Amino acid sequence: MRYIVKKILSCIITLFIVSLLVFVAFALIPGDPALSRLGTNATESALISLRHQMGLDQPMAVRYFKWLVGALRGDFGMSYSYSMSVTSMIADKLPITLTLMLYSMVLMVIISVPLGVYASYKEGTVIDRIIQIINQIIMAIPPFFSGILITLLFGVTLKLFTPGGFVSINRDPVRFFGFMFFPALAIALPKSAMVLNLLYSSLNGEKKKDYVRTAYSRGNRSKQVFFSHMLKNASIPTITFLGMALADMIAGSIIIEQVFGIPGLGRILLTSIQNRDYPVVIAIIMLIACVVIISNLLVDIIYRLVDPRVE
Amino acid sequence: MMLLISLMATALSACAGGKAGSADADSLITIGIPQDLDDSLDPHIAEGAGTREVLFNVFEGLVKPNSNGDLIPAVAESYSINEDGTVYTFTLRKNVKFHNGAKVTVQDVKASLDKCAGTGSDEPLVAAFSAVSAINTPDESTIEVVLKESDTDFLPNLTAAILPADHLDASVDPIGTGPYKYVSRSPQENIVLESFDDYWGEKAHIKNVVLKIVPDGDTIVMNLEGGSIDLMARLSTTQAAQLSDNFDIYEGTMNLVQAVYLNNAVEPFNNTKVRQALCYAVDIQEIMDFVSDGKGTETGSSMFPAFGKYYVKELNDTYNTDIEKAKQLLSEAGYPDGFEFSITVPSNYQQHVDTAQVVKEQLKKIGVTANINLVEWDTWLNDVYIGRNFEATVIGVDASTLTASAMLGRFVSDSGKNFINYNNAEYDKIYNEAFTSTDDAVRTEKYKECEKILSTDAANVYIQDLPNMVAVNKKFGGYEFYPLYVMDFSKLYVK
Repeated sequence: MRYIVKKILSCIITLFIVSLLVFVAFALIPGDPALSRLGTNATESALISLRHQMGLDQPMAVRYFKWLVGALRGDFGMSYSYSMSVTSMIADKLPITLTLMLYSMVLMVIISVPLGVYASYKEGTVIDRIIQIINQIIMAIPPFFSGILITLLFGVTLKLFTPGGFVSINRDPVRFFGFMFFPALAIALPKSAMVLNLLYSSLNGEKKKDYVRTAYSRGNRSKQVFFSHMLKNASIPTITFLGMALADMIAGSIIIEQVFGIPGLGRILLTSIQNRDYPVVIAIIMLIACVVIISNLLVDIIYRLVDPRVE
Repeated sequence: MMLLISLMATALSACAGGKAGSADADSLITIGIPQDLDDSLDPHIAEGAGTREVLFNVFEGLVKPNSNGDLIPAVAESYSINEDGTVYTFTLRKNVKFHNGAKVTVQDVKASLDKCAGTGSDEPLVAAFSAVSAINTPDESTIEVVLKESDTDFLPNLTAAILPADHLDASVDPIGTGPYKYVSRSPQENIVLESFDDYWGEKAHIKNVVLKIVPDGDTIVMNLEGGSIDLMARLSTTQAAQLSDNFDIYEGTMNLVQAVYLNNAVEPFNNTKVRQALCYAVDIQEIMDFVSDGKGTETGSSMFPAFGKYYVKELNDTYNTDIEKAKQLLSEAGYPDGFEFSITVPSNYQQHVDTAQVVKEQLKKIGVTANINLVEWDTWLNDVYIGRNFEATVIGVDASTLTASAMLGRFVSDSGKNFINYNNAEYDKIYNEAFTSTDDAVRTEKYKECEKILSTDAANVYIQDLPNMVAVNKKFGGYEFYPLYVMDFSKLYVK
């Protein structure tokens, strides 16, 4: 328990440092958000009053402190280009990106775990070889490219979905999940290949261990040994990897959103960077940092639950 | 003598489909737009043509253009202009309501126009309103716009939106008087509009309009065929040709001047001879053939044909393709071996991207290397249009109102919209003479002279007014073209 409290505290400190770095970085980047909002017709007096209104005329330390106090209360300021609160903007988009992430996580587990177990169970057979070869190929494809291939195959050729035809969940949940399957698959495929490979090699590693030999000599049936002893031990590195993959997937979603034209966090992150809409950019970066840190924390906790030896 | 013009609202003719009555409660059309309205929802601030074409349905001015380009009274019922063109008097239409249910009063009108004129601050919000000296409300139904100097051509500026006096900032929750009211938006996803039941004129036929942002030009056809969008304007001829017969294709013009706009302040484009060399090097016909199957209309200066009396067709012949002449001009300018530059193009406008590619090939013939730099719309708006940090760009420039000054005013050296940094004292002088002239014939001549200067001085490499191919799902009808860059959703109906 004390370990978990310590871990959470260190996560909070990490987040604090990230927020400071991000805030300072965007304060130092050249470009005046007030000018980019008012356009070239802006008069000096209008610029000064807008800078004042946006709080840009205050020292950086004061601005950071104000931002931090707001952020702790869940208020990340106002978007410059949409004149709406950043929190509501993100609340609007987060479900889309989270759905995509969880969807691909689920797909990843569904694809990789059974196949990895099966391949290891059938080690050395033709089926194992075929799975290995296909796996190697898929592993080498980056998500954006798998996205393009999936669009081409399922969208353009087989017409199973409309490329770019995102439908929001409020309008038609069935079409929403139908559409999101394909981008989720694009993210899940390369990652599944890695999970499969990891599970396969750690299972094969377990096979040679003494306890397995002992179990067999005790007269246990091979299926029983495989599923109740080996799989449990082999799952530890896989779980670690799943946690890391979760953190990686939020980055993957941002890219895949571009490929499939999904108006999620990634899309507003990119347009906000172009618009110099810094409150939005900073909030999204903080959110991504949170996801990464929390998923690492979860991995740590699960790790301890699965393997009592870890102290 | 007072020149009295009194027009009735009957100018809004019955719908083409013969449909009348209020909108069907469930009717919905999804219209694709190439970029989000992220400059501003405030009609007085919005700069992007793509933003204005949507806001046209939400806001109205004292007058508004109809599909012929004529100005018809909107929030005003009638208007008169005094003889020397200094006082514009409007009678408020009775029973015009804002989307929040409040009645439009003369105070609302005054507050809105004061906002445009920047009354109380040192600069007008809308540049044209610098000519306004006072806005008076002698009684509860009359508004007088008094100009500093005589200007008989000021009326188009009074299409400026009328907002409620207590809600003048429309950037968050816009409230207007138009046939559609704003419901909600989701950044980078959509904007939702709903027909306004208390609209004073002919009400819209379709209840719900969803504007879906389709930033990737490559997915337009798939979006249309897949049913994600029902209507998309400004398709390329290639895209239109790919569509099945579930769609009607309407053909009009985009009403803009597409050109390779050159930053006149940077090397080597600060040299007139270099700019002229580029004009001689490009082959307009080849561009039109490639980009739109030859359907464009050539423009030789910053004026498109829909302007009628201001458009000077002869300027199309200022430069006819002449590679030798172009090379000679380059040598004279000190670039015998050519030079290298970059053309920044917004990637969501396929026609401009295609044009840039043809231009790049054509310029190779005179030893000039053009590198195409594709950017997203927001980057273009910030870096090129607002930041003026570019060498050349291919874009279409449209007119916010049907006045010559809307096209030509931006090239005055100190104009805030002069994104190409054009600086020509003679142009400034003649433009100013035209702008302040009261005699329409003299004014027209002067404006034409301005166009001629832009052409002979090769301010930009002028190309064409693009054809506008609009794809509409056969379930819907009633699409109408305007001589301006607008889309009128209220005329659309379900067949």
